[in-house]
Amino acid sequence: MAYSELVKSFERIRGYMREFYVYGFRTREEFSAKSARSYDNERRRLESILGQYTSSARNASGKRVYLSIDSRSGGSDPLFRLLKACSFTARDITLHFMLLDILSEDAPMTLTEIIESLESYSAGFEQPMQYDESGVRKKLAEYEKLGIVRIEKQGRVVRYLRAAQHDLSAYADALEFFSETGVCGAIGSFVCDKVRRSGVFEFKHHYITHTLDSEVLYELLCAISEKRIVTVEHRSARNGIQHTWRLLPLKIFVSVQNGRRWVMAYSFELHRIKAYRLDYIESVVKCEKGEACPRFDELRGVLDDMQQRMWGVSCGDDSPAEHVEFTVFIGDNEEYIYRRMLREKRCGSVERVDEHTARFAADVKDPGELIPWIRTFIGRIIQLDFSDRTLENRLREDINKMYDMYGIGGDEDAVP
Amino acid sequence: MLFHEIYSAYYNAVAEILRRAVRGELNERDMKSVCDEAAFSESFLSIIPALRSGEWQLLHPDMTTPLRNEPEMPLTLMQRRWLKAVSLDPRMKLFGLDWSFLGDVQPLFTADDIVVFDKYADGDPYEDEHYIDVFRTLLEAVKCGSSTAIVYNSTKGNLRSFRCRPLKLEYSEKDDKFRVRVEGCRNIGVLNLAGIESVSALQDCRVGHGGTNDPACCIEAELIDERNALERAMLHFAHFEKETERLSEGRYRLRLTYSKSDETELVIRLLSFGPMIRVTAPDSFVEGIRQRLERQHSMGLR
Repeated sequence: MAYSELVKSFERIRGYMREFYVYGFRTREEFSAKSARSYDNERRRLESILGQYTSSARNASGKRVYLSIDSRSGGSDPLFRLLKACSFTARDITLHFMLLDILSEDAPMTLTEIIESLESYSAGFEQPMQYDESGVRKKLAEYEKLGIVRIEKQGRVVRYLRAAQHDLSAYADALEFFSETGVCGAIGSFVCDKVRRSGVFEFKHHYITHTLDSEVLYELLCAISEKRIVTVEHRSARNGIQHTWRLLPLKIFVSVQNGRRWVMAYSFELHRIKAYRLDYIESVVKCEKGEACPRFDELRGVLDDMQQRMWGVSCGDDSPAEHVEFTVFIGDNEEYIYRRMLREKRCGSVERVDEHTARFAADVKDPGELIPWIRTFIGRIIQLDFSDRTLENRLREDINKMYDMYGIGGDEDAVP
Repeated sequence: MLFHEIYSAYYNAVAEILRRAVRGELNERDMKSVCDEAAFSESFLSIIPALRSGEWQLLHPDMTTPLRNEPEMPLTLMQRRWLKAVSLDPRMKLFGLDWSFLGDVQPLFTADDIVVFDKYADGDPYEDEHYIDVFRTLLEAVKCGSSTAIVYNSTKGNLRSFRCRPLKLEYSEKDDKFRVRVEGCRNIGVLNLAGIESVSALQDCRVGHGGTNDPACCIEAELIDERNALERAMLHFAHFEKETERLSEGRYRLRLTYSKSDETELVIRLLSFGPMIRVTAPDSFVEGIRQRLERQHSMGLR
């Protein structure tokens, strides 16, 4: 098929764009799962849509193309542009602009009247487009579902109107801010296209990777608001194998420190609540039309209880929570360390032992999730005390490995 | 459906072209510039011929259009539901907007549906009247390019008065805080909004060109892909300008560009990866990590 800038399905480009942006070290030959032609097309699309952010480098294994974006540099998330590359037909675009021009907010029109207007609009062209009732009705029905056309029925007569228009120019700053920071901000970026941006904001610690998961997130949010069961196609992070799961989505969990997002959902296959990474979900399909799941509120209550013993997204199993405790040294004029512990803890408690010591303690389902945070206190950890000794020893081994890596200590300090 | 042609860059470009045609202001050169601005770098190769040939029956050869009105698309239901959801966000109070036009639209999500589990606990007070006043004054100053007189309470508890020109409002999702980047005052580059005691816009006031120097720096590190470290690091550092190179099976070189003022934060973020990441350059950065490890070693934790 000939190359086009536009694509019918976002899933087709999602995986490639993640590779180019998040990883960016694979050469053309290493994209083994797809054909070379497919790679060439996606690279061309990338350069066309995000050209100013595209870089390349060459080494012994070949040329690699990657996206290098400093998301702090201000402006709109460039990855939103990828979500504006949906393909269409000549009839789609012609009907779109003509229908929204013909319809008004207050004078309803029948299908016959609309078709007469369409024909008069096309009459001035050399080969006027032909408009059949079924095609126009189908487009109007689609637009009604999207919410931009309203339908009025009087007996058997159906009339169409355009939905109400709103001037959003005074909302530009808020739209600009929330399209970057709000959940599913891609939708905000579509609204932002209607207003003039002032560019007053910059964003720090701004993860834009999840823009690629916007469609999946939108479908999940719809399911949550309707308390509906969905079927998801999910690719395993461990082995890449695709599974189909029947899930009841309960909440979306967001990390603003590592750029990942999950749906916490009840699995009807596993009979428990589990976290599913959004970037591993390939499709979401709502099932059992019209019916809200009667167990939604009960299961959400279960999840709320579980959250008291969760550091991240791991719900653990039926075994009891593990105790994690560590003590840090606080030097003179280092009160900020204590404040840091207070603001960064997500559960558990921080106790000021004395002027120079503070202790964190928590009972959590998966103590492994705390390890990266504890490592950030390297340089001031006085004591570790985990009920899971294996995990505690692994953390000690990690710190010993770091001493070796940076040439600290010596033979006399070797770990037994 | 979120991925739909009605939100596409091509539709946006064509809408702008037709808007100019309805006004009688369209010319050939404009069509190319509109395509470049609203769509992608190769879009003009598709859009212009499709309009000029009559394949898309929206533009006559004489650059007039059969449309009678400038194209406008009402908000879709998805957009209204998203707007309703963000209108309920506490941060929306900063903007003082009337959302009553959304009526009883069901929000796409509510605060109960979303858990941001690692946001810092000491976020800014978005519903505090004084904070809202400070935010709005600075927002207007940034937009108008005007200077301001500020009384600032630093994190160390010192009060300081000065004049400066606000350049940008910066928001961090992790810190849940706004900062304002300023110029015109010596040794001051960034201020926490929550620390501003008072701010007022100044008319016709010139401020100097002083500020702080916050240069871009670069580090190099080697990553060992154990315990899924590659994927975790790639996502964790995704918001930096970065470059990754495979050195051998399971070994990667990572180059990150960061602001000098964020160095301490980057040190602890790299430490959080433990032995899976070893910083190799520059020497000064490596020394910073070594010092922390030496201090840890001296504390006897092994």
